[in-house]
Amino acid sequence: MYLDKEQTDILNGSQGDTMAKIMKTLVMYGETFEADKLIPITSEEGHLVTSFGINVMDPYYEMFESLLQAGVKSKQSFTVDPSPMDMGNVPASPIQKLVFKILYKNQKRYDDQLKRMGIKGEDMYTCTCYMDEVGNIPDYGDILSWAESSAVVYANSVLGARCNRNSAIIEMFGSIIGYVPNFGLTTDEGRKATWIIDINADKLPEAQVLGSAIGLKVMEDVPYIRGLDKFLGNDLTQEVKDYLKDMGAATASNGAVGLYHVEGITPEAKKLNDALIAKDAKTYLIDEKELLRVQESYPCIWKDPKAKPKLAFIGCPHLSLLQLKDWSNKIDAELRSRGREKVSVPTVLTSSVPVINEFKKTEEYQILISTGAKLSYICPLMYLSNPLCSKMPIITNSNKLRTYTTAKYYRDDQLLDILGKEIG
Amino acid sequence: MREFKGRVVVPGTVTATALVSRQGFNTLASFKKALLAKKLDAPCSDQDNKDIYEKPMAKKALCLPKTIGSTTGGIVLYCASEMGASPACLLFSESIDSLAAAGAILSDIWTSTSMPTVDRLGQEFLDYVKEGMRITIKENGIVEVD
Repeated sequence: MYLDKEQTDILNGSQGDTMAKIMKTLVMYGETFEADKLIPITSEEGHLVTSFGINVMDPYYEMFESLLQAGVKSKQSFTVDPSPMDMGNVPASPIQKLVFKILYKNQKRYDDQLKRMGIKGEDMYTCTCYMDEVGNIPDYGDILSWAESSAVVYANSVLGARCNRNSAIIEMFGSIIGYVPNFGLTTDEGRKATWIIDINADKLPEAQVLGSAIGLKVMEDVPYIRGLDKFLGNDLTQEVKDYLKDMGAATASNGAVGLYHVEGITPEAKKLNDALIAKDAKTYLIDEKELLRVQESYPCIWKDPKAKPKLAFIGCPHLSLLQLKDWSNKIDAELRSRGREKVSVPTVLTSSVPVINEFKKTEEYQILISTGAKLSYICPLMYLSNPLCSKMPIITNSNKLRTYTTAKYYRDDQLLDILGKEIG
Repeated sequence: MREFKGRVVVPGTVTATALVSRQGFNTLASFKKALLAKKLDAPCSDQDNKDIYEKPMAKKALCLPKTIGSTTGGIVLYCASEMGASPACLLFSESIDSLAAAGAILSDIWTSTSMPTVDRLGQEFLDYVKEGMRITIKENGIVEVD
């Protein structure tokens, strides 16, 4: 891999031993993936995936401390994935709370380390850092050093930025050095689609199931999706961006998709059209039957598959302001239609603090609160890392949450039905 | 004895006993309990992985197709190395994935534990190798299986 003089000097210790080790790590990582060179990060801000001070990763926090002690700091401010705990807003028994405190015993220490390393602000813990209210929004063509699969796939696909699916630590090292290895999704060739996804459905497919079907089929490849513009139009409105956010998160978690193109909608597809499709690309046809097959293939790993749900999570990835308003109205309408006032299952909607703060200024906030649902900035995945919580029958409309935890997936309409009906 | 040729990701030579995961190796799920309880023999805690569930992973030649699961996988391997509970080496039949690569490289550069790593050994390697076989990694990505 070619290194210019500045990069070679850093590798040889011109900026100290710690920077040399960081550079060596990036060079070895790049050479493993046959990168030709290091390219400068052009985005204003980074995004780190590790937000939690979990007790199983003591050596990680030790390494973080050693970096700080050596005077190393990120060259760019950054946002971080959501917090693992929110004792005030998410239901938890005293014993569950105690386990949270033990499980995340390094949290305060790590929050402090993130502050010293250069986090954008105390409220900057979210997986949807690209929302307007949070403001970590890369430009088209920007080179990023991000991790968090759902954020990376969104930045690549919807914003047209360029970022590989990085591991934790590697993304921080990139932000410290200011460069990333050039391979895969940062190259034109690596952004070509090797799969064509043809959608033949009567109505707009559920984003989370469609993303799941695509991810399970193409795994880490790049898909070119045809037939969605019929339902979504050609403009990237907030509603369309939200749909793509949820679909993309499912492609990235059910498979390992880092970039997708949607014909007539996403920026590169609009610009390059079919030229984005690689020669010999395979085709996958998705119709109503296929979507149903995929949803029915999800196993239920609850001890008692017929157990009454004890908690519902909506918002993995974190919800947008529009989605918060929309869910408030939908839950309210569902309850009214049944002559009920409160949701039948404790329900938590999750979003970032800046989005929640904006939401609190809207009339829908009062509507949501009146239904008994709660708002939180937590990461539902981290909530379910608590072994006592993972034993609970938890339901969700998130395919990512379903994939990584014991939570049971329901489509939006199914979830609303459960929240609205009497549970005996 | 058979010899296989792969690509060196992290250099080094070592001899160890084979532990074989024929399915994607979920790094976080596999090391979670070992890290939590500080078990230095690192019994695999991934109950979905029937090949190696509850078997000690530390100091073994871990043979696998690739790793899967959480993006914390790289840090988990690093943490296991730092506490002395990592495999002796990693042997991938497929091309290494970015999370495992990060873990192997971080271990090499940031800890005193060497975990030589070779990838692209091919499906034939994974079909041939059995648990308990003696494996030697030599220079240049040559892997001997006894």
